Amino acid sequence: MSAAGPGGTGPGGAGSAGGDGGSGRAERRLELVASPHLKAPDSTPRIMWTVVVTLVPVVVAAAWNFGPSALLVIGFATLGAMVTERWLGPGGALRDGSAAITGLLLGLTLPAGLPVWMAFAGGAVGIGFGKLIFGGLGQNVFNPALLGRAFLQAAFPAAMTTWPLPTGAELPGGGVMAWSTLRGGTFALPLLGSRVDAVTGPTPLGLMKFESVGTEVSDLFMGTISGSIGETSALLILVGGAYLALKNYLNWRIPVSVFAAVAILSSAIHAVSPAAFPGAPFMLFSGGLMLGAIYMATDMVTSPVTNVGAWIYGAGIGALVVLIRFWGGLPEGVMYAILLMNALVPFINRATQPRVFGTGKVAEASP
Amino acid sequence: MFDALSTLLRGGFSHGVHPPDHKGATAALPIRRMPFPEEVVLPLSQHTGAPSRLLVSKGDRVERGDKIGEAQGYVSVPVHASASGTVADVQLWPHPNGSWSEAVRIAVDPHSAQIPRPRLVPRWDDLTPDQVRTAVQDAGVVGLGGAAFPTHVKLKAPEGTKIELLLVNGAECEPYLTSDHRVMVEHPERVHFGIRIMMQCLEVDRCVIGVEMNKPDAVERLNATIPSDLDVTVLPLRVKYPQGAEKMLIKAAMGREVPSGKLPAHAGTVVQNVGSIAAIAEIFETGYPLIERIVTVTGPGIRKPSNLVIPVGTKARDVLEFCGGLTDDAREVLFGGPMMGAPQPDLDAPVLKGTSGIVVLTDAEAKPRVTYPCISCGHCLDACPVFLNPTQLGKLAQAGRYQEMMDMHLADCMVCGSCSYVCPSNIPLSQMFALAKGAVRREQQRVREAQEAERKASEKAGAAA
Repeated sequence: MSAAGPGGTGPGGAGSAGGDGGSGRAERRLELVASPHLKAPDSTPRIMWTVVVTLVPVVVAAAWNFGPSALLVIGFATLGAMVTERWLGPGGALRDGSAAITGLLLGLTLPAGLPVWMAFAGGAVGIGFGKLIFGGLGQNVFNPALLGRAFLQAAFPAAMTTWPLPTGAELPGGGVMAWSTLRGGTFALPLLGSRVDAVTGPTPLGLMKFESVGTEVSDLFMGTISGSIGETSALLILVGGAYLALKNYLNWRIPVSVFAAVAILSSAIHAVSPAAFPGAPFMLFSGGLMLGAIYMATDMVTSPVTNVGAWIYGAGIGALVVLIRFWGGLPEGVMYAILLMNALVPFINRATQPRVFGTGKVAEASP
Repeated sequence: MFDALSTLLRGGFSHGVHPPDHKGATAALPIRRMPFPEEVVLPLSQHTGAPSRLLVSKGDRVERGDKIGEAQGYVSVPVHASASGTVADVQLWPHPNGSWSEAVRIAVDPHSAQIPRPRLVPRWDDLTPDQVRTAVQDAGVVGLGGAAFPTHVKLKAPEGTKIELLLVNGAECEPYLTSDHRVMVEHPERVHFGIRIMMQCLEVDRCVIGVEMNKPDAVERLNATIPSDLDVTVLPLRVKYPQGAEKMLIKAAMGREVPSGKLPAHAGTVVQNVGSIAAIAEIFETGYPLIERIVTVTGPGIRKPSNLVIPVGTKARDVLEFCGGLTDDAREVLFGGPMMGAPQPDLDAPVLKGTSGIVVLTDAEAKPRVTYPCISCGHCLDACPVFLNPTQLGKLAQAGRYQEMMDMHLADCMVCGSCSYVCPSNIPLSQMFALAKGAVRREQQRVREAQEAERKASEKAGAAA
């Protein structure tokens, strides 16, 4: 920045800004920043924390359904995620809110009776192996919350499939489940294998798979059933998702295509064999589909960047969910469906590059 | 989704962004004339193409409107003295693009009436298209929207194309700027007169004026003054950035895409900025060349926002002073709008023919923002008006893989800034693309020169043998 033109145009080029001395008003130092100078108000932390806020009602509902145990499980899963991010992640990374989302979402996929140390371990593994090992925010291939859950499922299969009864459910010995009852070995010590007897109930998907018994869809919708902490209130999840979609904080094409694929496929199969396979309403509102389709499949980092890609990705998840639930060995398949499609995202992105304006062809994406 | 739907229903382009327009401060202010400064500085390179060739030397007396630089070649225009006075010097001077370039400094004669020499006003209806083009070139008219491309070049259909429609760009999609708006409101007849001349010159019988809907008074005034014998339509456009980009405007008005790497003429049209049209009208009304222009001086960092007629070559410092000076928290002075404008390090830089506005931003707008890693949200893909993949391009730019960026159509990027505007992680995407484009251009230049040198060397060797 020059102080004056070469021919001597007098003192005071804009950049000189030599303090307040001298005659006349001293000019302030001018900033040189390349355009554009305007910025949309959205920021990455704002997106992440908004997602967290929309999950609060879901957490409250879960706390009502499964008592203090649910809060403890969610809390420890979140703690595990955040401690790991703080400890191993880049400085200040907690502020962007992504670790909090991972922990919260993981907590919501767990059974309420899970010992809290397991929830903590799940959060730690989700962030450590699901995200930081890839290079932190934006670099991971798989949804960290689901990776943490996959780890827990593999490490503690029994605890991960012990589903306590919700508040108000009738107990086998008479009476109803009280809100304050701990739903399992919440405070079990790590690795000691202590068994705490808990009153459990089958999940609607488990009933369907192993006993071919259906559940009322209205019960599914309101969430008064056995299941993981957050798979129980479709209504609140839908409201939160709708808000995020309106703010453009999630790509609405993903949940819509997941639901469409599940509904179409299950209706078709149900029509062929109504006795063996449930219809679309049951499939849509049972299990973790709502939470998975709206909050996990839409994780920006692990979903396609193109809108065409979003349709393909969502439809793939929906199809895999139906496939796993109907013919797989497990009653629920949302987690594996999303993780499998996560792995395909780079290929989907590459195959669905936008068509550049004024060309008949698409831009060649490099790997 | 709604975007795509409304595009279908009512002409428009897909994608783009919606920055707040900030035009309120000056939209209703009538154009005022700024008094002549003590000195004007006229760079010989104010347009796209070859710089003008100097015609004057130190000590020469010049009258307002005299030619001081001659066009060098076809894609070039002359430069005229914007005030009467004495040539104080010819020297390197800060140019608004950030460089230093050769400029003529004229000490303005305080006693002069500043009346240009009497001249013949050409009778437009007697002229052949070639004569019109010559007159336009002689008057030094360039695109006043910012690109400063010589206007006469666009008054002829390139070989192998046919112009069906004259498209007048009154979109003024850059936030803050209102100079085109005021021209349309205050001088609609002049705009229509310019259109008449251009239509005759281009031999087209249809004209569309695209105006964003946030200027209803401009639409109304233009509509009310359309001459009965001209087929002119005023097309209200959705308020959306970058609606005023040539390709976007053509898409909105004609539903056609300009082929990648081609000119608007290949889509059957020519786009002219509404200010340039008024400048053409002026040639045939008064005979005066382009020696002054309308500039919006605005932004939160200026005390008295204004729409001004300013002699070309007036230093930014003088303009800002006339507008009450900078506020105490002023931080950035931009030539042009906030989306594509050029930041000025030196307030001695003069207003050029292509300077549509001076926007002063304060600490509040200029505060540094934290950059986060890309979270692949895809918002930049939804914003890019030419359907590039900015997130992928950004990763390539950071890795310096410019050739791969070219393969992904970097050349189609207009550096409009939409991707940077929406990026929630504050990644300077379009800024990186501007750098990459510059690097590619320099590399191509280097390769060309190396080949040229090699060819010469082999010729020499051949001659020697």
